[in-house]
Amino acid sequence: MFWEEERECIARDELEQLQLERLQATLYRVGTHVPFYRNKFFDMKLDYESFGSLDDLRRLPFTTKQDLRDNYPYGLFAVPLRDVVRIHSSSGTTGMATVVGYSSNDIRTWSNLVARILTAAGVTKDDVIQIAFGYGLFTGGFGLHYGAERLGASVIPISSGNTRRQIQIMQDFKTTALVCTPSYALKMADVMMDMGINPSGLSLKYGLFGAEPWSERMRRQINERLGIIATDNYGLSEVMGPGVAGECLECNGLHVNEDHFLIEILDPETLEPVAPGEIGELVITTLTKEAFPVIRYRTRDLTRLLLEPCPCGRTLQRIQRITGRTDDMLIIKGVNVFPTQIEAILFDIEGTQPHYNLVIERQQNEDRMTVLVEVVESMFFHEMKKQRQVIEQIKKRLATELGVSVEVKLVEERSLERFNGKGNRIIDKREL
Amino acid sequence: MLKIKNLSSGYGKLKVLKQVSMHVKAGEIVAIIGANGAGKTTLLTTIAGLLRATSGEIEFRDRPITTLAAQKLPALGCVMVPEGRQVFAPLSVEENLILGGHVLRRQGRQLLAEQLAHQYELFPILHQRRQQLAGTLSGGEQQMLAMARALMSKPSLIMMDEPSTGLAPLIVQEIFRVIGRLREEGNTVLLVEQNAKAALTIADRGYVLETGKVILQGSAEDLLANRDVQRAYLGRERIH
Repeated sequence: MFWEEERECIARDELEQLQLERLQATLYRVGTHVPFYRNKFFDMKLDYESFGSLDDLRRLPFTTKQDLRDNYPYGLFAVPLRDVVRIHSSSGTTGMATVVGYSSNDIRTWSNLVARILTAAGVTKDDVIQIAFGYGLFTGGFGLHYGAERLGASVIPISSGNTRRQIQIMQDFKTTALVCTPSYALKMADVMMDMGINPSGLSLKYGLFGAEPWSERMRRQINERLGIIATDNYGLSEVMGPGVAGECLECNGLHVNEDHFLIEILDPETLEPVAPGEIGELVITTLTKEAFPVIRYRTRDLTRLLLEPCPCGRTLQRIQRITGRTDDMLIIKGVNVFPTQIEAILFDIEGTQPHYNLVIERQQNEDRMTVLVEVVESMFFHEMKKQRQVIEQIKKRLATELGVSVEVKLVEERSLERFNGKGNRIIDKREL
Repeated sequence: MLKIKNLSSGYGKLKVLKQVSMHVKAGEIVAIIGANGAGKTTLLTTIAGLLRATSGEIEFRDRPITTLAAQKLPALGCVMVPEGRQVFAPLSVEENLILGGHVLRRQGRQLLAEQLAHQYELFPILHQRRQQLAGTLSGGEQQMLAMARALMSKPSLIMMDEPSTGLAPLIVQEIFRVIGRLREEGNTVLLVEQNAKAALTIADRGYVLETGKVILQGSAEDLLANRDVQRAYLGRERIH
């Protein structure tokens, strides 16, 4: 099923023509309307009007989260405030908040792109969609909400929190599609068990999860425990919000809405393009945003291009699920470690639960990382030997795959904190 | 149908068009709007081959036409309705139309007669005036004649330069009604207009030219809702 088949299955040369036209108009827009870019272009002696090819993108300056902060709140807007109909702000979990704005056309485009990813994930106008993302300054709730309305689905704007009520409503309102973070979906499964509700008695069919990194193993768990098809979708408020990319029912990578976003995958250190298919930092240029266009925004999200064509028929390129963040990158004893790597290993091991914490300390000038992972209750009934075996198994795999040795502690089920929104599983006690 | 990349052109030292990229797909009406002197007519005359591009590429039906001579274009299926009508004043309406169909002359009289009948059906007023000299027609009638003359050759792309210029509002409505009908018949139209509202109302997509550059592009719906377009070209700001 397609929402805009003509666009989602566009021929490559047609897409490139469209991207070029839109890039040229976007450069004109930021070059004349946004002092930040005008000055940057001027300083770099960059004649943006001479841009004639998509490859010229590489000559353009980057935009970073810090640039957004420096221009707080409205400095990067390309339209006067009276033309802005919506303002969102990023969560600020990693520092000062940033502000983004939308014109009425931006809201329309956004809704349309979210309708696209909802359709790709199996949702139709006949579905009842429960949006358990927070409504507010965070783009997740309203972004999905408007897209689902555009699609014509029945929207339950329940927002996040109060899990028992979520489940009650899911049961009573016959929700068929769930939108939330993947960790919250698992929490719902836990609470359903507590409430004695069997998920197979619910009407749930599809789940669209995003806003935090997750793994294939987590997907399998969600699919099994809730009896749904879980798909991943991607977006960030600095670029638009949800709707930048989303998985189709092949569940194998996220199609990027390339007619609205130009993507690059760059080496986060050298800022040069990585070889096709290699992991690097995702960098996005908006092509149709009116109020808040960004040029080469460094998302700090790590992914790679999936080069094979997708059997679903969409020609829009796919990226792999976000495999980590460049700034989540931990440096342990001088080795670059991405928490998602650890997560993937933990979830592969029999008997563990998808809940973990990473504690990093510095003792006698040496980094020490301890992984706390929940294991099934039955493991504590076994003799110590079984527990030691699991610990050894985890340690060994982490050591070979990460290249650093770590401590491992098993903890009881449900002893670690659960998160409604984005989880923060890293406890860094080093004072660096 | 039509694909333009980084087109620049002008008159001598005067650079009018700067790196214009745009495209028209089959069955679309695409509007180019912009103020006087923005480069709209220059864009059309460059596509039509009346003016040489200084750089850039033009492809028509997957064939490069950047350096093609102007007179060869109609045979490929691309015709232009020039601004200010420019009908052959001393000739009759019917003679004007037959001249418009001259690329069909090798395909036999039958087709020519059919085309003629079709134009008379589309523009009944021309049938009434078919023996009249074109120079004696009213402005609106001349515009219709210019359009009918272009349609005679069964073009795959019709480019129209300011069809509403100098016409009474009622006639303008009639002209746009006919353009809308052309689309229903499967024609592809590239429309250059100062009357942004009328053009965007019938168009699928549009490009906004300013000082020789495309400063905005998008669906006609988006452009009509764009505040910059509203302020600059629609002459008012919509409150809602």
